[in-house]
Amino acid sequence: MQDKDRRFPLRLDIRQGAVDMSHGSGGRAMTQLIAELFQHHLDNELLRQGNDQALFTPPPGRLVMSTDGHVISPLFFPGGDIGCLSVHGTVNDVAMAGARPLYLSAGFILEEGFPLADLARIVESMARAAVEAGVTVVTGDTKVVERGKADGVFITTTGVGVVPEDIDISGDLAEPGDIIMVNGTLGDHGVAVMSKRENLGFETEIRSDTASLNDLVADMVDAVPDIHCLRDPTRGGLATTLNELARQSGVGMRIRETDIPVREEVSAACELLGLDPLYVANEGKLIAICPAGQAHDLLQVMRANPKGRDAAIIGEVVEDPHQFVQMETSFGGQRVVDWLAGEQLPRIC
Amino acid sequence: MRFIDEFRDRALAAKLAAAIADEAAPGREYRLMEFCGGHTHAIFRYGVQDLMPESVRFIHGPGCPVCVLPTARIDQAIAMAEQHGVILCTYADLMRVPASDRRSLLKAKAVGADIRMVYSTLDALSIARANPERQVIFFAIGFETTTPPTAVAMKQAEAEGLENFSVFCNHVLTPPALRAILDSAEPDAVCIDGILGPSHVSTVIGAKPYGFVPADYYKPLVIAGFEPLDVMQSTLMLIRQINAGRCEVENQYTRAVTEFGNRKAQALMKTSFERRDTFEWRGLGLLPDSALRIADAYAYLDAEVRFPVAPGESREVKGCECPAVLRGILEPTDCKLFGAVCTPDNPMGSCMVSSEGACAAYWSYGRFRRSA
Repeated sequence: MQDKDRRFPLRLDIRQGAVDMSHGSGGRAMTQLIAELFQHHLDNELLRQGNDQALFTPPPGRLVMSTDGHVISPLFFPGGDIGCLSVHGTVNDVAMAGARPLYLSAGFILEEGFPLADLARIVESMARAAVEAGVTVVTGDTKVVERGKADGVFITTTGVGVVPEDIDISGDLAEPGDIIMVNGTLGDHGVAVMSKRENLGFETEIRSDTASLNDLVADMVDAVPDIHCLRDPTRGGLATTLNELARQSGVGMRIRETDIPVREEVSAACELLGLDPLYVANEGKLIAICPAGQAHDLLQVMRANPKGRDAAIIGEVVEDPHQFVQMETSFGGQRVVDWLAGEQLPRIC
Repeated sequence: MRFIDEFRDRALAAKLAAAIADEAAPGREYRLMEFCGGHTHAIFRYGVQDLMPESVRFIHGPGCPVCVLPTARIDQAIAMAEQHGVILCTYADLMRVPASDRRSLLKAKAVGADIRMVYSTLDALSIARANPERQVIFFAIGFETTTPPTAVAMKQAEAEGLENFSVFCNHVLTPPALRAILDSAEPDAVCIDGILGPSHVSTVIGAKPYGFVPADYYKPLVIAGFEPLDVMQSTLMLIRQINAGRCEVENQYTRAVTEFGNRKAQALMKTSFERRDTFEWRGLGLLPDSALRIADAYAYLDAEVRFPVAPGESREVKGCECPAVLRGILEPTDCKLFGAVCTPDNPMGSCMVSSEGACAAYWSYGRFRRSA
């Protein structure tokens, strides 16, 4: 940092300062923001080179690539913030191909007036999440827009990873007879964010489940290379993701409400807000679909990892030309679990 | 969840189902109208129909406040927001209800109208306090359940001297709607054997106002809670009345509903609102004495007085059978638009918007039955 200190005699005022238009102008102020804030926290060899791109030789194997924009409000929520979320989201999207995520890029859109202290907290959180997930942020971009034209900060991350040989995981590979499982409780993230947004005081604080799942996926793929589908049920929740998979694979699904893990406080909050936990977003959950013969082994492997401690088998894939996801309700009846339509809206009475 | 799971107990449901199957007389049909969208939602959400014998048929009533609001009122709200530059606060499920010309509050918001979703009247008051330089209108809808909270907000605005707050009142009353359904003299009018009566509404108005149902129309009515076991137990109570040739108002929802209701809430409603001579209901048409307007003493809180808009020509979507569905004459699947162009993603009529609407409930939870 010594060189940089010499370049900018006055250090960035991270405690009191705020983003202004000059931080996106491409000039000295922007270079200082990048050096003292982004590079400082996300430091690695490729980023340190200071190029507009990262040059690396990928390891042998097939590459996967995924991108994800993050626009969450509030930026800080129980259990996480937009910084770690922007790492987890993309790492998980890459990992759901059975891949080992390697590198990330990060694009920031900052709103004029955004406190540098908050930005520093967010970037620190990104850095921690990247270390935990074993990935490096190797290139990035910063833009500033006028006050009122963004909501504090938007972060887009892109990830690259490599898929081990003989692993073939895709949303169109579910077959009738396959078993459907999840790695834990559903709805935690969405309810944590919503309770913060609506200022709902619950006795027990519900924390977001935001987490990188690549280590769990690595364990799963090692033990059961024949997993057919993996997908993280983020926006739209379990219900929407199962419908996506059913459509891609041209199959139906039958799930059992009593087997779907949902925290007591999450179902209580959903009850209060008029929401259905099956449609609420998750950020540290995955759906796995595998042949019935290997379901037991896979479940054991998932449960052995802390991120799969509450893993459960929730249903099976069936033949169905209509590609319906049907659920046996806890009450003993049947119903369709449909795609989420529009936004999930609270009911009036 | 305590106080919730008890009313969703599978073993109890099986027992009630067995009792219903046992007591439902073979060879006859029991056509039961569940009045409220909350009942419709529970029936579909928990698959209650699967636990019923063939002879028990639920007919979905008009008790979904979003569904019965006519297009003209949504058009009027949009016009208020656009022409007067106010902040319009609304409950969430109104956002996507179709207005004329393929518009909705959500679409008006997207192109610049300041329309905000609130959870309660208190949120609307907070927005008014935080924006003293702007006018804030609360888009009040709902039956007797949501009316007292609107009255509380009006009192609060008065007490605080909040001059930038007003209410666009669309509150409607349950008994006149029930009467309209039972009066329906059309040749294809639905034949109803019994009614699952309103749940939350009855906590406010009590059981007494339904006396006219057995007295004038000779139909049994059971006030039924919104949990699936409530619906099943009420169904059994109706079947027993029908089998015994009785017709009475019975109260299944005794844990919340009394004979006379919440007198404090009733008093509050009485001082804050007056009955409109007539009001248009989607599906039921103009019904006399069926809706509330803001009392003259509070005219300064009445958005219709303060922010008049030129009446436009409101248009319903051609072919939309919401009106017949709301009267129980058609099933959602009888509508040509259902599932073809009208889905929850692209609702043509209001019954497809709210999860309490019969069409949305059919589409989201029950359509596998059709294709089975």
